[in-house]
Amino acid sequence: MSDAFLQVRDLKVHFPIRTGGILIGRYTPLKAVDGVSFDLNPGETLGVVGESGCGKSTLGRAVLQLIGATDGAVSWLGTDLTSLNKKELIAARENLQIVFQDPLASLDPRMTAGDIIAEPLLNYRSTMSKAERRMMVEGIMERVGLLPRMINRYPHEFSGGQCQRIGIARAMILRPKLVICDEPVSALDVSIQAQVVNLLMDLQRDFGLALLFISHDLAIVRHISHRVLVLYLGRVMELADKAALYATPRHPYTQALLSAVPIPDPTQERNKDRILLTGDLPSPLNPPTGCVFRTRCGKATDLCASQTPKLERAGDGQEVACHHWKD
Amino acid sequence: MSDVPINKRRSGSNLSVPNADALDKAADVEGRSLWQDAFRRLKANRAAMISAIFLIVLAFICFVGTAFVPWSYEEIDWDILEATPPNFATGHYLGTDSLGRDLLARILQGGQVSFLVGILATSVALVIGVSVGATAGFVGGRVDQFLMRFVDVMYAVPLMFFIIILMVVFGRNFYLMFLAIGFVEWLTMSRIVRGQTLTLKNKEFIEAARASGGSTTSIILRHIVPNVFGVVIVYVTLTIPQVILLESFLSFLGLGVQPPMTSWGALIAEGAQEMEITPRTLILPAVCLSTTLFCFNFLGDGLRDALDPKDR
Amino acid sequence: MTSVLEIDGLTVSFSTPDGDVSAVSDISLSVDAGECLGLVGESGSGKSQTFMAALGLLADNGTATGEIRLDGIDLLSASEKKLNTLRGERIAMIFQDPMTSLTPHMKIGRQLSEVLIEHQNVDTKTGWARALDMLNRVHIPAAERRLDMYPHELSGGLRQRVMIAMALMCEPEVIVADEPTTALDVTVQAQILDLLTEVKDNLDAAIVLITHDLGVVAGLADRVAVMYAGRIVEQGTVGDIFASPAHPYTQGLLACTPRLDVETEELITILGQPPNLQNLPSGCSFHPRCTYVVEQCKSERPALEVMNNGHIKACFRPHVEA
Repeated sequence: MSDAFLQVRDLKVHFPIRTGGILIGRYTPLKAVDGVSFDLNPGETLGVVGESGCGKSTLGRAVLQLIGATDGAVSWLGTDLTSLNKKELIAARENLQIVFQDPLASLDPRMTAGDIIAEPLLNYRSTMSKAERRMMVEGIMERVGLLPRMINRYPHEFSGGQCQRIGIARAMILRPKLVICDEPVSALDVSIQAQVVNLLMDLQRDFGLALLFISHDLAIVRHISHRVLVLYLGRVMELADKAALYATPRHPYTQALLSAVPIPDPTQERNKDRILLTGDLPSPLNPPTGCVFRTRCGKATDLCASQTPKLERAGDGQEVACHHWKD
Repeated sequence: MSDVPINKRRSGSNLSVPNADALDKAADVEGRSLWQDAFRRLKANRAAMISAIFLIVLAFICFVGTAFVPWSYEEIDWDILEATPPNFATGHYLGTDSLGRDLLARILQGGQVSFLVGILATSVALVIGVSVGATAGFVGGRVDQFLMRFVDVMYAVPLMFFIIILMVVFGRNFYLMFLAIGFVEWLTMSRIVRGQTLTLKNKEFIEAARASGGSTTSIILRHIVPNVFGVVIVYVTLTIPQVILLESFLSFLGLGVQPPMTSWGALIAEGAQEMEITPRTLILPAVCLSTTLFCFNFLGDGLRDALDPKDR
Repeated sequence: MTSVLEIDGLTVSFSTPDGDVSAVSDISLSVDAGECLGLVGESGSGKSQTFMAALGLLADNGTATGEIRLDGIDLLSASEKKLNTLRGERIAMIFQDPMTSLTPHMKIGRQLSEVLIEHQNVDTKTGWARALDMLNRVHIPAAERRLDMYPHELSGGLRQRVMIAMALMCEPEVIVADEPTTALDVTVQAQILDLLTEVKDNLDAAIVLITHDLGVVAGLADRVAVMYAGRIVEQGTVGDIFASPAHPYTQGLLACTPRLDVETEELITILGQPPNLQNLPSGCSFHPRCTYVVEQCKSERPALEVMNNGHIKACFRPHVEA
């Protein structure tokens, strides 16, 4: 495994949340990500799905070390990113980029599209001349479907979809090896989502990128991913090849998630059996003991409350963390 | 669904389709920045524009006008030696003060001092306030704690007292006054900038800048400062009149500029002593001072509306 | 069936510093009692503004012309006082974000009972009792305790249930649900959709479901209207719209939505960007993005054309039944 591309091992990100105390605060850890492990291979897309508050965005940022990890390791081409100092980390980030959810908020409103896209070049190719930079920016703009003559326009003059293309251009200009996509299409209109998804898949094919595609939309994740990781309250519920996960979901949570997605077909949508989960997500400050999903699970037993299930093999390329997946 | 308009073109290359290009036909190549938008809105605000023009004209007159006045501010007209009404024959267009010095020349010179104090002291406050505020807000943690507690301590020091001590210890120096006032005024500026930085810090574009390999300094300079500038510029226009007023107050107390040099505040102080005999010597500088303050406040309000149209 | 709510030639425009913008242009719609109309469109298509106008909730710079009749009463010409008696009592709205549409400093029980106290003149005790009853009907667990809680103490899903309960308090004839599940997670969305289906089956109210999610519409609506750039481009029964969409925009929307039940090789896309309302294309607003565009589309706007079964489209291209 020495040639591993990205290896995340038992990654934990806990945020101390002040829960009391007058002068000296009492803090409770909010376990946003709690023991997540996965591998990612070159050119592969790993989809990360889960509901809000499951820690999927935190996971993406922790992989880039934009948020420090509490414990565990993120090894990138053999070096552990969590052990690097500030300078080394900045150097390592050349190959690691991120595309954000809110296309407008992720662009500095006072900079032109060209300046925004060129920013990574200023940081990593500081010897480049102005003309060379401009050529590269225009090249990548064309590649992501923006008119190069719009180089001097400001973010607020673009539509949401175009802003997201600017964000993608900024992430791609250094030709990184891994791009984290944090809900890149969920703020976009339906007709624009498909354009952006296709663009990302195109770029992946051309540049041989690995993608960590974070989304709450299971349909889009199915379309773009090779493998899918299902998160719930910061823990991995299921990790499987796309085909296996969507055909034979093993974890009760995955099953419920899949059945909850509305299908744009009246006959199917009205006749399908929905697994309705009861209640809401428990507070991540005070997660249930044992299996975190047990409070909403139809199959929960005493065992689930006392023992945390480990990820175990449940078929070809499929791992599940449930005591009762065989039932 | 066989009849669906299947568009097998990839999205990445769809701009080569002529009708997609037509969508942007209206697009001009140069973008319009937020600053340009704000300026356009400011131009539409008549009160603010009139104030700005008035201030520019007044400042121009104060700095250039002295060359065209026959008397200088310190020259005593030995033929008069007392306050006289306006007299065009002697060249005292607004009359003289109790020592026989030309009032117009003195008002213009006082205006120079007041404008200079306003702008220089505010610049001092601006530089210190923005760097401290942005650093505290962006770096956070202990640095933030230390800087902000220092600001708290400074707030607790009675400002007047502080300035008076400085003046007494170092003597009445024209430039020291700028520095002293600036040192006092940066506190609020740094708090405002820090607050703005804290909200900006959590914006995704800052995170994006960090992911693009930006160092702390480059992020502060490239992203934080330009984005807090809007708020800062509003605060600056509102600080200038405060500073002018503070200088006037100091001069009124006799701690400001040294005679024969004068400022509007000093003129008002002198005029106040003789307001029963020659109200002119009080009213004229007072009108200049209050109109200037009024205009700065109007301009500040206008700028705030122009820069942040959502809050109107 | 009789129409409870009829919209006739409604135009909504907003005056902005850059000139007037038409958010809704000349649209006509009607909803029958006991029917659910799905109004589908992307952001800026005018789907929300149509019903904001109906409830008199347009922003200050907006004006509406045309006619909106609730059971024969014209809402646009009604006085503010009259509107106040109609809103909540006969026409109710469920918003996207329950946090911003519930008053933060008022207990749930009070917010719910106040609707009744205002419109039906009941005393506080009856009001609270009816509120409790309603919370039970929308399946809020431990309803009695929730009456004494403040909105921020509830989760997103529960808040949306409270919003639905509030809309149902006076048993209105028309319920307008504006993106009722967009802010919710998938599993919670499924719960709320289930509740809305129950409401629809048990009440005789007309429901207008405004959404961008075709899946939500497929599950709930009886009839669907598709809006693009402030106009209705297609309208028909839910079966017709999904099985045999007539307008290229509807076809494109259906094709570019990734589906969970079908494996797709490559997503089909609608080209270009959504239109800028300040600078709409000539002729058919959709023509720059349309694959079937002909010269006529660029100069002339297609009128709504009725096909069989009440299926309406605004496109020059003849429709071939699928």
